[in-house]
Amino acid sequence: MAEDQVIVGLEVHCQLDTKSKLFCGCSTDYRDDGPNTHVCPVCLGLPGAMPVLNKRSIEYAMKVAKALNCTVLHESEFSRKNYFYPDLDKAYQITQYDKPLAEGGYLEIESDEGGERRIQLTRIHVEEDPGRLVHMGNAERGKYSLVDYNRAGIPLIEIVSEPDMRSPKEARKFLNKLRATLEYLSVFDSDKEGSLRVDANISIKGNERVEVKNITSYKGVEKALTYEVTRQKNLIRRGQRIERETRHFIESTGITQSSRSKEQEHDYRYFPEPDLRPLHVQSWVAGIVLPELPDARRERFMAQYGCSLNHARTLTGELKLANFFEKVVAADPKGLSTLAATWIADTLIGELNYRSMNLERVDTAGITELISILKQGTITDKSGIDVLRVMLDQRHNGEPTETPAAIISRLNLAKTTGDNSAILTAIEEAITENPRALEDYRAGKGGALNFLVGQVMKKTRGKADPGELNRLLTEALAKREA
Amino acid sequence: MESYELTFEPDDRYNAFLTVCKKAPYSKGKLSGIAVAVKDNISTRGIETTCASKILKGYIPPYDAHAVELLRNSGAAIVGKTNMDEFGMGTTTENSAFGPTLNPCDTGRVPGGSSGGSAAAVASNMVPMALGTDTGGSIRCPAAFCGIVGLKPTYGRVSRYGLIAYANSLEQIGPMGRTVSDVSTLLQVIAGKDRHDSTTYDRPYTHTPVADIKGLKIGIPGEYFGEGVDPKVAGVVKTAIGKLEELGATTVPCSIPSMKFALAAYYVTCTCEASSNLARFDGVRYGPGADSKKSWHEAYKEVRRAGFGTEVRRRIMLGTFALSSGYYGKYYAKAQIARESVKSDFARIFSEVDLIAGPTMPSIAFKLGEKSDPLSMYLSDILTVPANLAGIPAISVPCGKVDSMPVGLQIMGRPFEDERVIDAAYAYEQAVS
Repeated sequence: MAEDQVIVGLEVHCQLDTKSKLFCGCSTDYRDDGPNTHVCPVCLGLPGAMPVLNKRSIEYAMKVAKALNCTVLHESEFSRKNYFYPDLDKAYQITQYDKPLAEGGYLEIESDEGGERRIQLTRIHVEEDPGRLVHMGNAERGKYSLVDYNRAGIPLIEIVSEPDMRSPKEARKFLNKLRATLEYLSVFDSDKEGSLRVDANISIKGNERVEVKNITSYKGVEKALTYEVTRQKNLIRRGQRIERETRHFIESTGITQSSRSKEQEHDYRYFPEPDLRPLHVQSWVAGIVLPELPDARRERFMAQYGCSLNHARTLTGELKLANFFEKVVAADPKGLSTLAATWIADTLIGELNYRSMNLERVDTAGITELISILKQGTITDKSGIDVLRVMLDQRHNGEPTETPAAIISRLNLAKTTGDNSAILTAIEEAITENPRALEDYRAGKGGALNFLVGQVMKKTRGKADPGELNRLLTEALAKREA
Repeated sequence: MESYELTFEPDDRYNAFLTVCKKAPYSKGKLSGIAVAVKDNISTRGIETTCASKILKGYIPPYDAHAVELLRNSGAAIVGKTNMDEFGMGTTTENSAFGPTLNPCDTGRVPGGSSGGSAAAVASNMVPMALGTDTGGSIRCPAAFCGIVGLKPTYGRVSRYGLIAYANSLEQIGPMGRTVSDVSTLLQVIAGKDRHDSTTYDRPYTHTPVADIKGLKIGIPGEYFGEGVDPKVAGVVKTAIGKLEELGATTVPCSIPSMKFALAAYYVTCTCEASSNLARFDGVRYGPGADSKKSWHEAYKEVRRAGFGTEVRRRIMLGTFALSSGYYGKYYAKAQIARESVKSDFARIFSEVDLIAGPTMPSIAFKLGEKSDPLSMYLSDILTVPANLAGIPAISVPCGKVDSMPVGLQIMGRPFEDERVIDAAYAYEQAVS
């Protein structure tokens, strides 16, 4: 381990995608509804109300435990974590403390050096989500907060890793892999706002560790930890000591802020929840049938579709993307999969990110058609990108959509075939206009040819077939040489 | 369902009721038209439920406790909510924010607690039966002091859903009445599994009391007649036990060595649980609200300081301390070990005897204000808390008088043998009446 090795451990809280809450029958589908509409005496913490464990949430958590190779304990138990806060209606959170649902386990991620790295897990436990505060008011009218208990009682699992990650990037990879695994298990919906929250422990080897709380996005983890690495390394460089503390990540500014104060130093006074019986569910493990998980699907994509490791990794790294790919190539897996892998993993994802567009809005049939056309070679790759952009823009902007064929015909993008006269004219023009390139070519500089290819492409608006163009250009240059 | 209305206008000179429902609806059923009073820590839909605390003044539950729902379904008329020690914390009903309840047998004395209002309402014939709750003796103590019958059922036999928790692992809702039959009838209605309370068992109670205890073996623990027990009370109870022998039971002396840890284990457990249970009373969702101009933690402090009485504050602080980091092992964990040893003492004794009998309380009802020192009040729970720690059924049945005040005979049984406990009390009651 290097002298200033970064050491990271994560505590990941994920909302389990059950229909009802952890301890009552209220619906978890609250996001489109008004505040305090998905509540009952139990999740409001009304006097006298008692929790009843939702069996489904334990099944979901055990699926995760099995998928992550954890050991489900013979006996686990719920405990109360006592603290005051207005979003916590009972003034305690029902969670698991010294007898969690499962211990141990691991998750494999792609390491920074390439290859797989095993991140060990400490434990997985189940707990309830608190409500939510909405901060209102302004400087003139005074600030105040409103409480919404719709979220109170949503089942969460907390997955705690060992301090096994060595960089902020690895932490992000861990999270992405974890998300993929949970989605493959159909127990988690990462699209739901606030469905993931992360606390990260980070230290520089030999120094105190710092806990960073309040990270709520996948990108945020890398951002927060990168900021911390720089901050901590700077302190060490200046000969200062790193203090063991809790810091809060401010998503908008990308920095962390110390939150140490007497008020927030909690003593949670854990003790077993007397209203719930201990859990004995170890025997369920054998009966859990796991679906195909990301690693297995990645291997299958390589074997079945001939995907490269990188493409297979990207495509299987998100459940929806993997499903999308398989749907696109379904009609002709042999013919389309190589081309589809490149176009989806490299091009489509980039274009979607650029538009902040969701994969779900992409028309699978359209992509299949586009890739078939590319396969036939009747348009160039460059035209293919143009067609794709038009297709995406039409969907993104809610305009009437066209098929790839219609777009190609409207924009006259079909490759010039048979008749090379237009290309030959363009080649002659390009050589004549760029005598310097001709000289360079004669001097054996490889870049000159590429430059001229670019010039010709410009003149033919990308319709020239790159292979054909190369051949014709080399011939023309050879003639000039003579 | 057809609905009727019971007019209920009692002459409540003992301050037994906190809320009186002058027009109480009822329907047809087993308890049709019978007036039942409900302790004020049991949630009643549409009827103010305060736990005799200022912090819940004005709180009207939007739902019925399961036991109350069952009462209503059986046709009973819920005629009011009875006074109690605030949140059940006390043995005298003097710790009510709304004034003490007086003992109908002697208004200079306390009715016992914490279900003192329910006991006084029954003893003064305002109602034939009432629901109480028993965390460390809160049904049996006032039953003994007021001269009525009160049963703490086996833990898990009656749903606690809707009972405003004081100490979840110890308490049960239970029936109080003038006769063992009435107590049995009320238990028939309220016992059974409830899907809202995970600690209930599928053990409904369908029994009708039988006055036959021939051949039963009854253990008489020496600790129940030892130091701290008024000899006059002990004498009356011994006479009552003699009656049980006459009825065909045999008695054997026994010993509960863990009794010396019982009170400490009880008070650590109940204060720990209470410190957590009572943390939710913050003025945000119900009860008198906080000053919203203040920051939330300042507002919380203000609401809680103004809303809780002295004894409640004391127990919250004790429990908070006992659960604190560094003290958990010393107090809470140790209390659970002591509790286990109480349980195993009972298990050992019950492998040889069918029932255990002794006094319910070490004395007759205290004079008002007599137990101003909290510790001496805690000590008076010594004979009732073992049943709560062990989760076993225990009944108090009147068995005579000392200085014109009633004395209670306590009979305890194996878990889920509430039937046998009731039969023994019934046999005694039938024999002496």
